[in-house]
Amino acid sequence: MIKKCSGSIVRYLLAALCLVIAIPAFAGDITVNGAGATFPYPLYSKWFYEYSNAHPGVKFNYQSIGSGGGIKQITAGTVDFGATDAPMTDDEMAKLPGAILHIPTAIGAVSVVYNVEGIKDALKLSPDVLAGIFLGEIGKWNDPKIAALNKDARLPAIDIVVAHRSDGSGTTDIFTNYLATVSPEWKSKVGRGKSVNWPVGLGGKGNEGVAGVVKQTPGAIGYVELAFAQQNKMKDAALRNRDGQFVSPSLEGTSAAAAGAAKAMPADFRMSLVDAPGKDSYPICGLTWLLVYKDQKDPVKGKAIVSFLKWALKDGQKMNAPLLYAPLPKSVAEKVDQVAREIKSGGKSLY
Amino acid sequence: MAAPIGNIKDRLFERATAIFAAIVLGLTLLLFALLLRESLPALKKFGFSFVTGTTWDPVAETFGALPFIYGTLVTSVIALLIAVPLSVGAAVFINEFAPPWLKGPVAFLAELLAAIPSVIYGLWGVFVLVPLLRDHFMKPVTKLFGWVPLFKGPVYGPSMLAAGVLLAIMVVPFILSVSREVMATVPQRQKEAVLSLGGTQWEMIRIVIGQHCIPGIFGATILGLGRAIGETMAVTMLIGNRPDILFSIFQPGYSMAAVIANEFTEATGDLYMSALVAVGLVLFLITFAVNIAARLILKQLLARASRGI
Repeated sequence: MIKKCSGSIVRYLLAALCLVIAIPAFAGDITVNGAGATFPYPLYSKWFYEYSNAHPGVKFNYQSIGSGGGIKQITAGTVDFGATDAPMTDDEMAKLPGAILHIPTAIGAVSVVYNVEGIKDALKLSPDVLAGIFLGEIGKWNDPKIAALNKDARLPAIDIVVAHRSDGSGTTDIFTNYLATVSPEWKSKVGRGKSVNWPVGLGGKGNEGVAGVVKQTPGAIGYVELAFAQQNKMKDAALRNRDGQFVSPSLEGTSAAAAGAAKAMPADFRMSLVDAPGKDSYPICGLTWLLVYKDQKDPVKGKAIVSFLKWALKDGQKMNAPLLYAPLPKSVAEKVDQVAREIKSGGKSLY
Repeated sequence: MAAPIGNIKDRLFERATAIFAAIVLGLTLLLFALLLRESLPALKKFGFSFVTGTTWDPVAETFGALPFIYGTLVTSVIALLIAVPLSVGAAVFINEFAPPWLKGPVAFLAELLAAIPSVIYGLWGVFVLVPLLRDHFMKPVTKLFGWVPLFKGPVYGPSMLAAGVLLAIMVVPFILSVSREVMATVPQRQKEAVLSLGGTQWEMIRIVIGQHCIPGIFGATILGLGRAIGETMAVTMLIGNRPDILFSIFQPGYSMAAVIANEFTEATGDLYMSALVAVGLVLFLITFAVNIAARLILKQLLARASRGI
């Protein structure tokens, strides 16, 4: 009796198990898992939503845990793709089990925001003055170096309070990359990274933390993402670019910088866009990348990723600007599309 | 026949509870072992200078955690200096003086403070507490007493003081509710005895409650200290996140929990990651040491209190 009963239970369970396994396979649902950068998260979630609507059966699950986390997870192979705001270093790439592609998806910019009265239009800053402020060498708003750039402004004699990100961040990486590029002193004293040892200033957690310090503290200056600064209508500084023009942060300035840098784009796209040439180029910009293995273990998922990339480089790019991310210049998008053809599974191209 | 089954059930129950206890113990040990294992690379590289070093530079991979230890301790001490008198005073009022209709609401609201998520405290701190402290306390004080190293400017707003004051508000409900419980255990007869001997209300409170409740209040303080040391979100929003050791409490600082929360997600590089875990290990050990010290002191206090009565 007992034997018979347990036998039927086992059979029932097996049948149920088959059903559970069979249903998703039958429906053909694929879930592609990704993790990484928080900065492009609003854009990616829009992309995934639109793509899944247009291509039923493919679902994306993206966790915005930070670029560092994305690199760790793709290295360990726990996700199908990663995402990062700072290109992987050679050391990091050496730890990978296989060759990886950096697929640029959008361009972000960093705005320098401030809270000081007496400036009519935008505060104008040159690279060395900006570096001087963040190094703590320029400590008052009425410093002659700032006054020389803002002749029609009545600058107050108050202390400059520097605000920076306290959390590790791709935004900080782009900003410190810029300072290290334009200031040899910054490069030797502080360097570039997602977290650095700031010579002066207060740390705020996230864009909102920095914005909080800047808004609440008279005399403060800080840096936040372009989108964040514009959505919150913060006062942003015009920066002198490589061609000697003062450019305020904007999508156009960001695209111009990307176009200016596109000619020198390396084959693996691991490129910084800071201090790009061109008279309209805004100097503090950076690419954000998806990380995809060249050799996909699962052909079905690999195919889904490649189709998505194809879509993202064409249709997806149209969604960038409304969300305040600059689209890739056409020439770059075409180059990236070529590289996406290199993604293979079992030796066969998935494109 | 019934008795053995009862025995078996008893034994099963006993076993089950023993297993649960072992799991709790095991988790603590596992936590410690993992923290130790993961922090080994950093501890090997920096040795003892990890806790005495004052430079935290992820780019150069130089890691010294002293600024974080300092910030954690300073903010916690500020919190306790404010919270203990406040909570004990409030507890005395609620238990001894408040009219019955006020007792319930005051106690309820005070304890409700414990239910507010710390990120809400942080937001309130950023938008209300920091401007308030900056404009109406820190600025005037620096103007008058700026020559005192403890109150040296410049005043930014986010500071160890702001974090400490917010922490004080956060730990008040814990200290308050335990203090009230302890005071409620004082036998009514003892209180009445003091009053009947001609003692004033103040003398009654000082003698009876003071004698009887000090161990309990001390225990409550340690509970609050534990919360203050480990608090992360609210502190990182107010402390200014500056890894320096500055004597003035008006200056920004950094805490151990805050640096882990801030930098963990984007920590690339094995040594960097290991250094952050090592900060966690130091935090674990400090909490551990505080608890052990508290137990030892509590034992002394209890012995003294029972001798007194």
